[in-house]
Amino acid sequence: MPFTFKRGIHPNEQKQYTENVPIKVLLPGVKNEMVFPLLQHLGAPCKPLVEIGQKVLLGEKIGDSDAFMSAPVHSSVSGTVKDIRPHLTAIGTIVNSIIIENDGEYSEHESIKPRNSFDDLSREDILSIIREAGIVGLGGAGFPTHVKLSPPPDKKIDTVIVNGSECEPYLTTDNRVMLEESDQLVLGLRIILKVIQNARGFIAIEDNKPEAIEAVRKSCANVPNIRVAVLKTKYPQGSEKQLISAIKRREVPSGGLPLDAGCIVNNVDTVIAVHRAVFRGRPLMRKVVTLTGGAIENPGNYKARIGTKLSDLVEMTGGLKHSPAKIVVGGPMMGVAIFDINVPVVKTTSGVLFLTESETRIPPEKNCIRCGQCVEHCPSGLIPIELNTDVLRESSGMFLEHNGLDCIECGSCSYICPAKRRLSESIRTRRRVELAKRRK
Amino acid sequence: MKHQMLTVSSPPHIYGTDTVVRRMGDVIIALSPACALGVYYYGISAFFTMGMSVLSAVLAEFLFQKVAGKKVTVNDLSAVITGILLAFNLPPEVPLWLPAVGSFFAIIAVKQLFGGLGSNFVNPALAARAFLLASFPMHMTNWTFLTTPDAVTSATQLAVIKGNPEFVPQMADYSALLFGKIGGCIGETSAAALIAGGVYLIYRNVINWRVPVFYIGSFAVFAFVLGRESYFSAYVLYEVLSGGLMLGAFFMATDYATTPITLNGKIIMGIGCGLLTVIIRFYGGYPEGVSYAILIMNIFVPLIDKYVRPRVYGKGRRMA
Repeated sequence: MPFTFKRGIHPNEQKQYTENVPIKVLLPGVKNEMVFPLLQHLGAPCKPLVEIGQKVLLGEKIGDSDAFMSAPVHSSVSGTVKDIRPHLTAIGTIVNSIIIENDGEYSEHESIKPRNSFDDLSREDILSIIREAGIVGLGGAGFPTHVKLSPPPDKKIDTVIVNGSECEPYLTTDNRVMLEESDQLVLGLRIILKVIQNARGFIAIEDNKPEAIEAVRKSCANVPNIRVAVLKTKYPQGSEKQLISAIKRREVPSGGLPLDAGCIVNNVDTVIAVHRAVFRGRPLMRKVVTLTGGAIENPGNYKARIGTKLSDLVEMTGGLKHSPAKIVVGGPMMGVAIFDINVPVVKTTSGVLFLTESETRIPPEKNCIRCGQCVEHCPSGLIPIELNTDVLRESSGMFLEHNGLDCIECGSCSYICPAKRRLSESIRTRRRVELAKRRK
Repeated sequence: MKHQMLTVSSPPHIYGTDTVVRRMGDVIIALSPACALGVYYYGISAFFTMGMSVLSAVLAEFLFQKVAGKKVTVNDLSAVITGILLAFNLPPEVPLWLPAVGSFFAIIAVKQLFGGLGSNFVNPALAARAFLLASFPMHMTNWTFLTTPDAVTSATQLAVIKGNPEFVPQMADYSALLFGKIGGCIGETSAAALIAGGVYLIYRNVINWRVPVFYIGSFAVFAFVLGRESYFSAYVLYEVLSGGLMLGAFFMATDYATTPITLNGKIIMGIGCGLLTVIIRFYGGYPEGVSYAILIMNIFVPLIDKYVRPRVYGKGRRMA
């Protein structure tokens, strides 16, 4: 029996456009302008290490910070620093960024040195390689990986989960990476298990990806402490909390982190990045992204250089066939709709959807009929319609009493609602306001 | 690349295909076998009663919303359902003003004055039935079975049992309960037609199985234990199939606005209705208790919703 969690929904998957399209490498052209925001992670922003006019090489560190909760930024091309200025990012923030003009040479920096094995590396060596490579959670949050892999000594970690559930509709990068780089994935997890000693490794995959399951199973057949955990296909299985309760039957305490439940969860591409940093000495410079949706000419999975503008990326794949009604960075359930396509691919970009009018129609909102569907499907055990009412009444007290902060913003309630109430939308907005109030 | 008029909105960017109209339409489909059998057994007068009830319900909603300056929402089909359900709770032969008065009461006094669809606190059709029963008892208890050649005025099955401790149901009585041919309200004639409709609604995820299953189940258990004359003396199957239990359990107690929103709340609703129905049937002044049992439980729904809630992830028991 596949593992699963309580409640959740079955959105239309829409993965057929790209799930069988092999990953293609997209190299930005000569003179292309690359944008490297100095904050692509959760934590402190980096300070630039280069100056305008300076020549940089591929893999050279161009931004770093003294803070523990941070991750350096590297150039993914060789070229000249044109400017250092605030630039728009996909999530709508304006972040100080280093602008580099690609010289098309791709000359490597001397710091890139391959390694044949990780046997002689200590825990500390591995952690410092991961930090120096600028690796962060590539699934979306951008939590610095070296911080995640350094749990406080009082937290006993017995489980490391590689999250390959990829429950968002449309997105297929994790599927392709697991299929095409399963050996590297297992090696990457073995490196992580050397850091987190005495833990067991699980590679979690939803059962709508049978080929990936088979490939990864084959790769970890002779590794005693790693196994594949097959999950029932259901949204939001990829949420850390739902993943932990599915595989370990444990829950992350309210307001806590996975390590409070003895678990560490890493995205598939993050583990691949760890492998690449250790064995090939390469920092995080590229991201696999799914470019899909009804408006794009050639939907597919692409290895994109971090810093490439989405507009350039689309050009390189053959452009658009229709004018999109909406462009979403991320999946359709939790991704961000953007208003300007001149934003760069960053470490946390997992896909870009070019949706046509018919794919993303917003139906009119009606009155609640109290059918209870939102309650039946909320993975957090909340009563979304009640929170929606609290938000509309601007009652902060009731919102908190009804556990509004425990919402994971997965959007299941809005998706399932027959009256098309903007449940998730309203709860998210209020939740962000309450969280901001707390930080003050 | 130029992109004019890109939509920017909060996620999710895709929505499911379910709609309010789909759900209401399914309820109408589920009610149609019972409608057809009602007309088949009680004749054209049942058809007129239902027609009048539905038309007045839709008209009442339309007029109220026009006068109140609200958006007209009769195309959500909910008024049609209220009309059918009200007619199902009426005797087949009533003067046609009776369903009209009932529908206006149901839609305006019970539904619209409390905020319209989803905001009423008791079931509109049942409240209207109670209103008509209190106001026009003569018309509401005139049980004429029209399709028998010698149209007789007789009591319903439940009234027969209530006055007759020696009553023993025969095989023919059971098949009559299942497939029609009994004296009673229009919609109650065939338990089989109602069960078929109810199963369809559960299959189509319009209603949750918990309310009907716990209602009928707890009713059977309480009826079995308490008995009519002494403990363990009731004919449970006969009790289950008689009266308005199937109509109530599948179509009335499951009314979205007046049933608890959580799954555990729905179980409490079902058990509460089952217990109250038995008590009213066996010990109350009326032969049938379904309507009042549901109306009483309707009033407890806000209380149930306040205290019976799902366990929030990461809170309460089973922590790491």
